[in-house]
Amino acid sequence: MNLTAVAAIYKFEMARTFRTLAQSIVSPVLSTALYFIVFGTAIGSRIEQVEGVSYGAFIVPGLIMLTVLTQSIANASFGIYFPKFIGTIYELLSAPASFLEITAGYVLAAATKALMIGLIILATAYFFVELTIAHPIWMIVFLVLTCLSFSLFGFIIGIWAKNFEQLQLIPLLAVTPLVFLGGAFYSVSMLPPAWQGITMFNPVLYLVSGFRWSFFGMADVPVGWSIVAIFGFLIACLAAIAWIFRTGWRLRA
Amino acid sequence: MTAILSVDRLTKTYAGGFTALDDVSLDIREGEILALLGPNGAGKTTLISTVCGITQATSGHVTVGGHDTITAYRAAREMIGLVPQEINLEPFEKVINTVRFSRGLFGRPRDDAYLEKILRQLSLWDKKDEPIRSLSGGMKRRVLIAKALSHEPRVLFLDEPSAGVDVELRRDMWAVVRQLQEDGVTIILTTHYIEEAETMADRIAVINGGRILLVEEKAALMRRMGRKEMRIELKEPVTRIPSALADFGLTLEAEGTRLVYSYDRQASRTGIVRLLSALQETGLTVADVETRQSSLEEIFVGLVTERQSA
Repeated sequence: MNLTAVAAIYKFEMARTFRTLAQSIVSPVLSTALYFIVFGTAIGSRIEQVEGVSYGAFIVPGLIMLTVLTQSIANASFGIYFPKFIGTIYELLSAPASFLEITAGYVLAAATKALMIGLIILATAYFFVELTIAHPIWMIVFLVLTCLSFSLFGFIIGIWAKNFEQLQLIPLLAVTPLVFLGGAFYSVSMLPPAWQGITMFNPVLYLVSGFRWSFFGMADVPVGWSIVAIFGFLIACLAAIAWIFRTGWRLRA
Repeated sequence: MTAILSVDRLTKTYAGGFTALDDVSLDIREGEILALLGPNGAGKTTLISTVCGITQATSGHVTVGGHDTITAYRAAREMIGLVPQEINLEPFEKVINTVRFSRGLFGRPRDDAYLEKILRQLSLWDKKDEPIRSLSGGMKRRVLIAKALSHEPRVLFLDEPSAGVDVELRRDMWAVVRQLQEDGVTIILTTHYIEEAETMADRIAVINGGRILLVEEKAALMRRMGRKEMRIELKEPVTRIPSALADFGLTLEAEGTRLVYSYDRQASRTGIVRLLSALQETGLTVADVETRQSSLEEIFVGLVTERQSA
């Protein structure tokens, strides 16, 4: 196992984060703070409690998930797309490192960044709402697994993308709508029955629901389903990446 | 000398059906500089990319230091350094960080003293904290060499290292390559500058249409295929070659003031004495006589053209 290679990629990617601090960390934290102000404080003060939780507090897990999902995907997809774009991918392909090691370097760095942002947003939330976390360990487990699995997904998007437009395509057209429609800002029980049924096909619902359960002990779907969904997604992404490196799809001529 | 790199019946056919490498076999000896020559699209870069693992071969095998590049890719790749043709570098990164990254990627522990040595050798030490985008083209190319050397490879591929580099820097680079060879590094060089191959290489391999046309010691190749020419400068121009000289296959150049005689230096009779006697009989006045050896470029062009027309 070439752990030195994993560490080299990880440090290189993290160095980029700290070199572009405003873009990497300050910007997503600022946008989330704006969500708190608009939805939590301004509009939320006019909304009744949701299942015994103030609306401002209720949206915290959803907001963290929204940011963590998009940041995980953005960080990992850019991390691997940029070497492809500028041509430095030759170095990765000719290095004595396996697909697992290269993926680990990029995905761990992307997940670390997303995790940092998620925790900063959580800390920011305390400035706006009163919050207690019912299952803190599970909260960390859900957060870490989400960061990892969506960084893997982002890594696949980065390999798949042939240009910057494609790089943005899936996060903008698929992930963001799925998060918004996955109960980030509402409980599924607030929807009409027909829409409740349709929402059950949204995979992000299971992540948001499980994460919200770790905060308030309540969930739209059983927490076990959330755990199965997140592990299933993780395994599917790993299998796809293994296939990509074995076949060289979009990497090797 | 033993082979450090063996290419055995390597074929690469792309999805569109184009065969870039066609049954290529080649042994590269430890410590030598081999110049791989070929016109554009001959298969030089594909061969390098396949050996380094960037491109997947359709069939065939490659071993580096006895390690198969597929089944023992880690051991094989640890021995290889690659300087690509294009200047592929992360523009915002500092020189030292990108070189350090390359060393780590190849599984070597951090060694700042070694990196300082190679950066000094490449006259990059003063620029180590500069972002790459601020460097000149020649310096960027040297950063690529520093990255390729960062993990102390035993085999170094230099794919067109002098492309876009000025004459002075090119000569500096040749000095670096010579030093690397003295340090025991085996070097495979592809180049469009035949002068570079002529100056640097121990052996020459010519590739065209995905096939290796020849692999030979440079000196032996130039002896074997190089023609000698005798140029006879005349005081007065002539309009045609005198009939007394018709048997010598002369060509008339420089508006009738130069006769050129090509001969084989290895032949038992070169015909020079006979030509000079015949020349005296014609009554032409000779201003000067010089001989010259045909260059590697002429040999290369002749070889490629000959195979293409065959």
